[in-house]
Amino acid sequence: MATNRSGTAGAPGKGAPARPALPGGRFSGNGSLTGQLVKIALLGLFTALGVWAVLPLYTAGNWWGIGLAVAVVALVYWVYLSKRTVPAKYLVPGVLFLMAFQIFPVLYTMSTSLTNMSDGHRGSKEQAISSIEAYSVVRGEDSEEYVLTVATTGDPESGELVFLLTDSEGDAYAGTEEGLSELERAEVGPSGKVTDAFGYTLLTPSQVNARSDDLQDFAVPTGDGSGIRSSGLSSAFEGNAQRAYDEACDCVTDSETGKVYTADDERGAFYGEDGERLAQGWQVGVGFDNFARFLLNPTFAASFFSTLVWNIAFAASVTFLVFVLGLAVALTLHVPRMRGKVVYRILVVLPYAMSSLAMYLLWRDMFNADFGLFNRMLGLQVDWLGDAWAARAAVILANVWLGYPYMFLVATGALQAIPRELGQAAQLDGAGPWQAFRHVTLPLLMVAMAPILIATFAFNFNNFNAVWLLTRGGPFGAEGTASGGATDLLITYTYRLAFSEATAQYGYAAALSVMIFLIVSVTSVISLSRTKALQEVDR
Amino acid sequence: MRSRSASAVAGIAAIALMATACSNDGSDGGDEGAEQSTLVIWSDPERAEAIQSAAAEFAEANGIEVDVQNVSFDDIQGDVVNAHQAGNAPDVFIGAHDWTGNLMRNGAVQPIELPSDRADAIDPTALEAVSLEGQLLGVPYTQENIFLMRNTELAPDAPETFEELVEVGTRLKDDGEVDEVLAMAVGQEGDPYRMNALMSSAGGYLFGQDGNGDWNPDDLGVGTDETIAAMEKIAEYGEEGEGVLRRSIELENEASLFFEGDAPFFVAGPWTIGDANASDIDYEISAIPGFEGMDPASPYIGYQAFFVTEGSANSALAEEFVVNHVTDSDFVLSLYEADPRTPVQTEALESVSADDPNIAVMAETGENGVPMPNIPEMGETWEPLGIAQAQIIGGADAREALETAHDTIAERIGQ
Repeated sequence: MATNRSGTAGAPGKGAPARPALPGGRFSGNGSLTGQLVKIALLGLFTALGVWAVLPLYTAGNWWGIGLAVAVVALVYWVYLSKRTVPAKYLVPGVLFLMAFQIFPVLYTMSTSLTNMSDGHRGSKEQAISSIEAYSVVRGEDSEEYVLTVATTGDPESGELVFLLTDSEGDAYAGTEEGLSELERAEVGPSGKVTDAFGYTLLTPSQVNARSDDLQDFAVPTGDGSGIRSSGLSSAFEGNAQRAYDEACDCVTDSETGKVYTADDERGAFYGEDGERLAQGWQVGVGFDNFARFLLNPTFAASFFSTLVWNIAFAASVTFLVFVLGLAVALTLHVPRMRGKVVYRILVVLPYAMSSLAMYLLWRDMFNADFGLFNRMLGLQVDWLGDAWAARAAVILANVWLGYPYMFLVATGALQAIPRELGQAAQLDGAGPWQAFRHVTLPLLMVAMAPILIATFAFNFNNFNAVWLLTRGGPFGAEGTASGGATDLLITYTYRLAFSEATAQYGYAAALSVMIFLIVSVTSVISLSRTKALQEVDR
Repeated sequence: MRSRSASAVAGIAAIALMATACSNDGSDGGDEGAEQSTLVIWSDPERAEAIQSAAAEFAEANGIEVDVQNVSFDDIQGDVVNAHQAGNAPDVFIGAHDWTGNLMRNGAVQPIELPSDRADAIDPTALEAVSLEGQLLGVPYTQENIFLMRNTELAPDAPETFEELVEVGTRLKDDGEVDEVLAMAVGQEGDPYRMNALMSSAGGYLFGQDGNGDWNPDDLGVGTDETIAAMEKIAEYGEEGEGVLRRSIELENEASLFFEGDAPFFVAGPWTIGDANASDIDYEISAIPGFEGMDPASPYIGYQAFFVTEGSANSALAEEFVVNHVTDSDFVLSLYEADPRTPVQTEALESVSADDPNIAVMAETGENGVPMPNIPEMGETWEPLGIAQAQIIGGADAREALETAHDTIAERIGQ
């Protein structure tokens, strides 16, 4: 059997006679006309995709991205137009998707985990400085308000901007980047808007809008660092930017309070001498600080371990129970004498067909201590969601109900592939039903079921919805939310740590994800190698 | 040789095909964006149509197009911040005032300057609520707060104190008329938003305020003696006490308790009015009562506002829209038609109150309220405080639970 398997595994065995003709040959080079046309169409589509990807990269000036896109398109052309790259023709799509959807996100998560990316630290230092300055523009107590008409000298699209301003007394001024001057020979309408002014071109609303970017930077200087800025299309006010960035000292000075905030490029924010920081920071690399933050935290270390134990127990017990229950139902319905099998099967599969999100919420309702179905119907007083062990049982119970139909489906399929004669032969040899099942049916079943069981385990290991929608990780002990709740999985625990309701801490979350990634990878590698061993033994 | 040239032909054909596809694409795109600018507004689906039609006049007057896009309300804040970073944010969006702090620290919104006649027409508390460090960051247009809804058949008079409420409710419960005294969501995770009304009455507080009335994140009140005493007072009505407040009453079942006549009192909000009118229950609303001899209950007031995204390509029109249009009573009234919330624009409020007595009463129930703190630190308090409150309602020691929550919050906001 062993030789048989290696033959189907894809790699030609040692001493295999000749390389078999690969079916893809039909589509390469000298294939049929249809093949050629399909190939041309697909390549054309792919190139279009490439161009579609390059355009925004070009606008953003991202030359590395463009280089990558061009290289990928060139590679695809080479692989599918050359005759010598037959194996690559099969491998390239899979590899590209693997890179795009698996390897790139993992690498990106890893690189994010080394930064302080979070709310208040999303952009660059330049962005932070410009928003600090913009947010510091304050209008004086008794500052003048003007009715604004935006005009230009010359062409509406490129001419220099001029603010035609009317104050409360009806006097009109022209404001340019040089300053304010009296405006003569202007007509002022009833709303205060200038309707005509000699030498200036008045702009329509959409012409003003087209110059939004210029307007943002435009202020008519009025001395002392104050300036008249626009607010909408028809009003302007005098304001004063209280905070200014000085490149020489790499600091922001507040002219109102006299405080100086110095840039701290390690923490990515401006800090005052008393430790007060400006809210707008920027993204910087922080090395392994995010990892240290949880690895060196004693609360984390303690709760991490208990969470991990419960996480494994949860995934293992759900996997075991759905397997036992699914298999038991499958065996029962496999009995040939059974009537109405189709009806039973549909009924059993029903939970699987419903939206699991809605089901979790329904279960949550049923577990309600006072109004829930369980306590009311059974006359119990169990605080399902408030007591640690009851909550654990509740989470497992709901998941077994949701998970066993899938196991049932797989087991039914696998059972049907096992010839009934094997069981009958075992009975002739004198085996009882249990012995026949244990030594004949089960080993054959496990060949099909083992990978599914591993997948179920891995899925439940990270079954975020199951816990988040039922208990949100609770109930919590006396240590509160900083340590894990009784039903917290690693994924819900870390989610709570990294994304509290308002602040998204991407860097920290990424560090925690990297850690979970490592745990799940190690678990998977170990269990996969264990399965191989299992299969060999059974044979 | 033959096959190589076939490959080359195939390659050239593929590029040619792509080029034809692209050239069509290009000319289509070119015609569109030439002259007409489009103001993009993000709104929740409930109000999108109303905003679209209310903005039509604005669009026409300025020769532009307005495109209102649907985003689920809870997603707007996060999506705007992400989209702003990626450079494809909307020009204007609708949001809650307590997002202000987070929007500001991410530099995602632009400060707004209202001409004094526009500013004077709006409730000053509302403007204060969307301001930070003296900077107005959005234009508020409605407010909402929680209040007490009662079944007038069971409880004809509005209770003056919380004690009175419990007394009336307990009598009804003992008579077998109802199952519960009060439908007020606590849940396993707690509900600090609702609980704040009672907590503030008993003297507890979350953040202190400095001289200017700005919230002071350095003065965190969760673990203070005042708050602990307040929660101990509330615990008297918890599961180990009178059993009025219970974790098993949660957002999913509170409304049905009241509307099915199983509870005479209900801590409700403007969002329940529609269901209340549709139900068979005769109801009236009044302010949430405070404890006897203590401060009045002070519910959180939430404001909804229009914000202008920083760096928007249409910032001139976006500013014009929020400064001169959102502040206009006609605009507020047409939004009210689609989504009845209490306006903060004085003129609109007067005209709406004349038509709908509930609006005036709702505005009254918020008289003792405080705007929900809009500092970014606020977001860090919900979960730890909620869990602590739920534990206390369930019978846990108030001091231990609140001090733990205090430490967790302090750690998160970096103190």
